[in-house]
Order: sequence, then C-alpha cells, then structure tokens
Amino acid sequence: MPHAIHTEALTKRFGNFTAVNGITFDVMEGEIFGFLGANGAGKTTAIKMLTGLSMPSSGIAEVGGFDVCRHAEQVKRNIGYMSQRFSLYDDLTVAENIEFYGGIYGLGFREIRQKRNALLAELTLEAVQNTLVRSLPLGWKQRLAFSIAILHKPRIVFLDEPTSGVDPITRRQFWETISDTASTGITFFVTTHYMDEAEYCNRISIMSEGRIVALDRPAALKAQFQATSTEDIFLQIARGKKEKP
Amino acid sequence: MWVIYFIVRKEFRQIFRHRVLLPMIFMMPVVQLLILSNAADYEVRNIYLHIADADCSTTSLRLIGKFAASDHFELVGRSFSAAGGNANLESGRADMVLEIPSGFERELLREGSSTLLLNVNAINATKAGVGSGYAKAIIRDFNDQLIAGVKGMQNPSRQFDLRPIFWYNPELNYKAFMVPGILVMLVTLVGMFLSGLNIVREKEVGTIEQINVTPIRKRYFIAGKLLPFWIIALAELAIGLVFGRLVFHIPIEGSLAVVFGFAGLYLVAVLGIGLLVSTISETQQQAMFIAYFIMVIFILMSGLFTPIESMPGWARVITWFNPIAYFVEVMRMVMLKGSGWYEIRWHCAAIAGIALAVNGLAVLNYRKRSA
Amino acid sequence: MRQTGIIILKEFFHILRDGRTLLMLFGLPVVQILLFGFAITTDVVNTRIAIVDPSPDPVSGEIRQRLLASGFFLLEERSPDIASVERAFRENRIKMAVVFPQGVQENFFRDGNAQIQLIADASEPNTATTLVNHAQAIIMDYAQQKTRGDSPPPGIQTEIRMQYNLEMKSAYLFVPGVMTIVLMLICAMMTSIAITREKERGTMELLLVSPVKPAFLILGKVTPYFILGMIIAAVTLLLGFFVFDVPVRGSTGLLSAITVLFVLTSLGLGIFISTRTDSQMVAMMLSMVVLMLPGILLSGFLFPVESMPAALQFLSQAIPARWYLSALKSVMLKGTGIETIWKEALILAGMCIFILYLGIKNFKIRLS
Repeated sequence: MPHAIHTEALTKRFGNFTAVNGITFDVMEGEIFGFLGANGAGKTTAIKMLTGLSMPSSGIAEVGGFDVCRHAEQVKRNIGYMSQRFSLYDDLTVAENIEFYGGIYGLGFREIRQKRNALLAELTLEAVQNTLVRSLPLGWKQRLAFSIAILHKPRIVFLDEPTSGVDPITRRQFWETISDTASTGITFFVTTHYMDEAEYCNRISIMSEGRIVALDRPAALKAQFQATSTEDIFLQIARGKKEKP
Repeated sequence: MWVIYFIVRKEFRQIFRHRVLLPMIFMMPVVQLLILSNAADYEVRNIYLHIADADCSTTSLRLIGKFAASDHFELVGRSFSAAGGNANLESGRADMVLEIPSGFERELLREGSSTLLLNVNAINATKAGVGSGYAKAIIRDFNDQLIAGVKGMQNPSRQFDLRPIFWYNPELNYKAFMVPGILVMLVTLVGMFLSGLNIVREKEVGTIEQINVTPIRKRYFIAGKLLPFWIIALAELAIGLVFGRLVFHIPIEGSLAVVFGFAGLYLVAVLGIGLLVSTISETQQQAMFIAYFIMVIFILMSGLFTPIESMPGWARVITWFNPIAYFVEVMRMVMLKGSGWYEIRWHCAAIAGIALAVNGLAVLNYRKRSA
Repeated sequence: MRQTGIIILKEFFHILRDGRTLLMLFGLPVVQILLFGFAITTDVVNTRIAIVDPSPDPVSGEIRQRLLASGFFLLEERSPDIASVERAFRENRIKMAVVFPQGVQENFFRDGNAQIQLIADASEPNTATTLVNHAQAIIMDYAQQKTRGDSPPPGIQTEIRMQYNLEMKSAYLFVPGVMTIVLMLICAMMTSIAITREKERGTMELLLVSPVKPAFLILGKVTPYFILGMIIAAVTLLLGFFVFDVPVRGSTGLLSAITVLFVLTSLGLGIFISTRTDSQMVAMMLSMVVLMLPGILLSGFLFPVESMPAALQFLSQAIPARWYLSALKSVMLKGTGIETIWKEALILAGMCIFILYLGIKNFKIRLS
C-alpha cells in the first residue's frame, strides 16, 4: 500500500458555508505529516472526515486503503486518535483509563495488563496511576492521551492540536516522542496552529479558508517562499490574500 | 462482545465515585416510599363542617349530634345565623355549612317535611361530591329513624342485603395499592432519566468522540452503557420491596420471580426510551426536559393515580403504548392478587413489543458519524 | 447595570436558541392541562364487571339493566360460577362481580329480603368503594321504588348548593395546581441547571473574573427565567380560562403579587441548589427529588393535605408551593382579597426573603 492517506477533492459543506473546499493530497506510510493552518481554516473538519466522525459532502478519502465513506469501520480498526480536548475520562484514574481503552480496542486481558504496566513505566506515571485524571497537570494528560491513542499499535495516528495550551518544553518533548514512535513505521497526521512545529514534520501542508495553499517539505517551502521560518511562509500567504483584489 | 464488560466496568467505576449521585440513588426509594405512600390518599377524611342552627330544637340538636359523632366530619363552628358560616366557608376554615332553618322541627312535625340547606365548597369537586354524599347519608339515616320512631313500622320496606365483599385487600389498605405503583415510578426514574442523561453527558463533554473513532459496534456500546442502569434499577426495586414489606407490610401474594422477570423486561423498554431521548438531544438540559415531559404524560395516564377505564377512548388508546401503565397493572396484579406469568402474558407481549420498537429505533438513530 | 442587561440578553439567546427545551417548557403546562381536563378524572365510569345469575328472573334482569344503563358499568361476562369470577379478577378483566342468589325474585317479594353479593377488587381500594357505593345506590333505589312507588319519601329534604364551582368542574382544582408546578419547574429546576451548566462548561469562571459584581451576575442569569416563568403562568391561566372556563375572580394585581413572590422563592431555591453541585445531572436530580416531588405531592395539588398524616401535614408547611397554591386558589376561584390570604402571603414573603438570602449568600461563599 503506497499511501497511508489519500484524498481527492475532499469537501465538507455546512449549509452555505464550505469548511473544507476540495483538498487533494497523499500521505506516505511512516511519514510525519503536519497539517497546518490558522484557527478556523478547516483542519479539524478535515480530520473528522478522515477518522470517520463526519460524512464528507463530496470527494474521496482513503485511509489505510479503505474508503472513509463506505468502509468506515475498517478504517477505524487501523487508526488511533487524539482529540483536541484529549477525551480522557476525568473521573477515572490513569490506570483505569488505560484499561478501558485497551478493552475497547479489543486487547485481551493479559495484554492489557502488560501494556498498562509498560505504559505507566514508560511515561513515569506509575506514581499517579491511581489518581483521577482531572487532578493531573495538562502536560501529563497530554502524554497519557497520546499513549492511549497508540496503545493498540495502529498503522496511522491522527493528532488534532495535541500541543494546545502546553508549555514549549513539553511541546518539544512531545514531538521527540512522536519522532521516536514514527521510526517504528507508524504514520502520523498532526494538525496544529503552531507554525514552528513544522520543523519536526517530514512534509507539511498549509490550509487557508478551506483550501490547501502549500504542500511540501518544510525546507522546500522555505526556499519557495524565500522565508526564514514556517511562520514567515504563513504570513506571506496571509498577506498575499489581503493584496488580492 | 467482551467490549461490553469494559464499558460496564467503566460506568460502574464512574457511578460509584459520584459522591452525590450514589447515595441519592439508594436513598430515593426509601424517602419516596415514606412520603408518597403516606401522602397519596384520596380518601376523604376530616371534612370541616360549620353548623348554622337557627332552630335550636331537640330535633336539630339530635341531628347535630349525629354529625358530631361521624368520623368523616369535624365540627369547626356553630352559629345561629348563616353569615358566620359563610364567612368560614370563604376563609377556608369550613368546607361545608349546614343551615338548619328556624322552625325546622315544627315544620317537620306539622307538615311532614322540611328543607335543610347544605353549602359546599366545590373547588375540590371530588371532595365536595364525596362530602355531600356522606352528609346526605347521615341525614337520610336520621330521617329513617325519625319516620320509624314517629310512624311505627307502617311501611315495611322490602330491601336487599347488600354487604360488599372486598377481595385481595379486605382492609382497603390504600398503601397496598400505592406502594407497588410508587416502586414502578422509582424504577422508571432511574431507567429513563439516568441512562439517557449519561449518554448525553458524554456527548456534551466530548469523550464520546473517542468512542466513535473506535471500531466498536453501536449495539455493544449501547448495551454497555445501559446495562449498569438496568442493574441499578433492579437493585432499587429490591430495596424498595424489602422496605415496603418491612415498614408497610405490603402483601406479596405472587411470585417475586414474576415481579423481577417482568421488571427486567420493562426496564429494557424504559432504558430504550431514555436512549432514544439521548439520541435526539444535544445537551443534558434538553434530554432532561424531554424525558421529564414524556414521563409526566406517561405517569398521569398510567392508571397510577386515576383509573384508566374512566379515560375517554382516545386516551385509552394511548395507554396501549404506555409501558408504565402495563407495569403498574402487573405490579398490582402480581403483588395483591397473586397473578402469574399466564395471567400477564398479554402485558409481557406488549412490553416486549415496545422494547423492541424503541430500542431498534434508538440504535438506528444513534450515529457514530454525524452527517 | 448595563452589564447585567447584557447577561440577561445572553441568557435569553441561550433559551430561545434551544428550541427543544422551549418546546417542552411551553408544551408541559399545555399538555398537562389538556390531560387533566380531558383525560384524567377520579370519577369511576365504564368499569367492567361480571354478573353471576344462576336463575335469571325479572328482578335480576331489571337490576342488571339499571346497572348497565347507569354508565358506571360495562358487562364483561356472565360468569357461570365463582371460580370463573376469580379467574377474571386475576386476569384483571373485571373490577367487580355482582352475584345474585337462586330465586332472587321470590326472596325479595315474599321474604322481604334478598342477599346480593357485591364482590369488589379491593386492590384498588378507592375504585372498589366507589363501585360498591354506586351499585348499592342503584339497587337500593330499585328497592325503594318497588316498595313505595315513585312518590318521594316524606321527611327531611336536603338542598345542596355548590359554591364557587357550580358545575363541579375538576378543572378548578388542577389549573392552579399545574400553574404552581410549572412555575417551580421553570424557576427552580431550570435556573439551577442553567447555572451549573455554565460551571460545567467552564464559562462561569469567565463571568466571575469580569468586573460584574456577583449579585448582578446572579440577577442577570436569573431574570430571564423570571420573565419566562411569568409568561408561562399567564399562558396557563389563559388556557384554563378559554378552554375550561376557569375564572380569575379576584384582583389580578393581587394574583400577580403573590405569583411574583412565589417565583422569586423558586428562583432562590434554584440558586441554592446550584451552589451545592457542579454537575448538571446532580442539580437536576436534586431539584427533582427535593423540590418537585415533595412540591407535587405535599402541596395539596394532587392529594388533599387534610387527608395526610400529621407528620406529613407538618412537613407540608415547609413547602412554599403549598402556601402559594392555597392563596392562588383563594384569589382565583373565590375572589378573596388580601384580608383572607394575608397569612399565606406573609409566610410566602418570609420564605422568599429567607431563601433568596440563603441562595445569594451561598453563591458568594462558593466563590471564595
């Protein structure tokens, strides 16, 4: 399977408003693909379509080789997801959250126990394994949510604004974790509005008002736009829009 | 399939951690039974009677004595004129005013008939009807006595001996009638409200997304969400029954297996309604109001407080689709009359039908993907 | 002050945009009144009975005809024996059975006395007594007619005059009752849920951090529900008036005044409940269990307070709904003035002040 994710003219309309306007792109296996764009550009809507949470208005999307419209359940077997709000159960403990999601993904009892212990050790969360998630600091919740997203070893992982509201050091650590995990062959599709995180990705695309206005390796884009940073690229795009009649 | 186990376990963990919800769930049967069964009584007692006696004769005094001796009435005022009585009626101190006109005894003896006036506060029509019925009965009795005393046994009346026989509840214990119905209400509250709200809360908070993204089948997810409340509702029924038996000595003539068996089936239907409500609500507030709306209508028309036969045709048709009506009837039939599976076979069929329809609709309606 | 106005406006937008809830809010009183008016009654009519008549004759025949013509009874079956009557009871097909003896005509005319058994299903005690009473009245009427002919018996006549409610309409009772319940629902339950919802969503913090004083914050949040409550109360009254001819005999000013008192009290209760919890579900359950249910049951709406045991009557005095309902009925249906309902008004006012104070004070405590 050459492409982990493949879309063609993928569109989503809400009444008169077009949130995602005919985007076309491919993501290779094992890639870390950054889906950048300002708030409201349509990133979250796009991810919702790719994960089977929302029905496309038109266009094609294939994730892991399965059509998102017709074979949504097969798509879901191969993906992991970390939502903007982290979607952990506030009133369950760390350990209980891990056990629950392990079970939901069909892992056996023994496997769940093994993974739980391994995960707790890896994230050094053993000390707080019996604390309710709501008392954890944001950075730890983020790490936990990420680990749960990859618990069942999915082939493709979708991360929707995973670093929102988190401090820069934790952000950097988080991206290191993503890189490490990606080296095991998992494909990462990450949306973010932090432009500097583009440096960590293999390729990035920039969305603006529902359309993809740039897609390439970060280095190539910087050359193309003669920019020093990704932020610069984005500003140029935004300014370019303003100057258009 | 095992997925259901994980969901149920998570739900129970969350419920038992809820500091306020859990004690409320288990205190509710006790408190409600205590209050409801003592309050819910349509028997008309203690009618406040004011007597305006303008005659002050032996006969009028004897009549007043009869009223004073009656259990149904409590004399709250005596006066000579009607004005005092009417003031009491208006202020609410008296429910009824009996006006005995001046010259009552004389007229009775001389002309053989006289008229009393009974002023009744008819705002509570039932009470007025029953109260005036009691009053008329007392007066009629008194009248018969007078006739018998004065004229002797001139007219031997033929009569029927009409002593009533009350089956299944010879002491006419109103609580035996109400408590099963109240238990139904409690169980329904947990089944319809809590289960529906539970799902909507996940929608509102956002954790439902994480579930929708997994390959979990809709029906397993739903089953896992509903099962804990099925169990809790049955537990409440058990607590309520034990409490009712110990404190109110309600009869349990029939088999408890039938009661719990039917309750289990009933809960599937009611949980399904809660589920259906959750699929059409976006917020907990909406879910709550819609469920409340449905519950109020169903409870009022369930025969719990007023008889179904007295409802007009169209209302009775609606009760065919009202699961609460079936359960109320079954509870009373089984607990008070000892009916068994055979006698409630049609009720079972109806509830099964409702359960199937509602749950099927709810599962169809529940979408892991929004349009 | 302007900020309060803005909060009020925002809350109104919340309410108006939530179509489903709004529909329910208006639907509830309408549906309840319609149900109470047209479907629900404590009258006992159309009850299915069985008749056991081993030797039918003109007497049993005529009694049977009268019973069935009365409108109270419908014939379910002519049972051959008591065993089938038992079966019919157990299957809930009949509520009463009339059992004639062998040769009732002879017994009645020759011996002057015949025994007819009235077996009633007392699992519904009230219905049983009513059915028996109806049957007894019909049969005794028949007996009297056969004995005396149609001339009325001499002696005491009783004239009964029904005050305030000439046609004995049960609507008079439930329209004020439904009004009370609905006001409680909107003002107490909805308010508590609205406040806890903001807490759950996290937007409450935002409001608290703004320069608006807590007192004005509460005022802003609560005013829309006050207005909504008054509107729905008016709708209920109009519905009662136009559909069921339930009048408002007393002064509308007085009516509004006591309604305002009650609404404020309910709002205070809603605020108080919202300070007890951060979860909408709990606020709802609390409102339901602590306010609505006791309110419905102990206020005199469904069941007369006088029939309750002393302990409950005592408890009922602590419920604002009870005082409001009593004053409301008095003013609406009897047309009384403040001289009669001063006690209820005073108690209501006292409760109102106390609860509002408690609610607001608790709100402030929770903030710090």
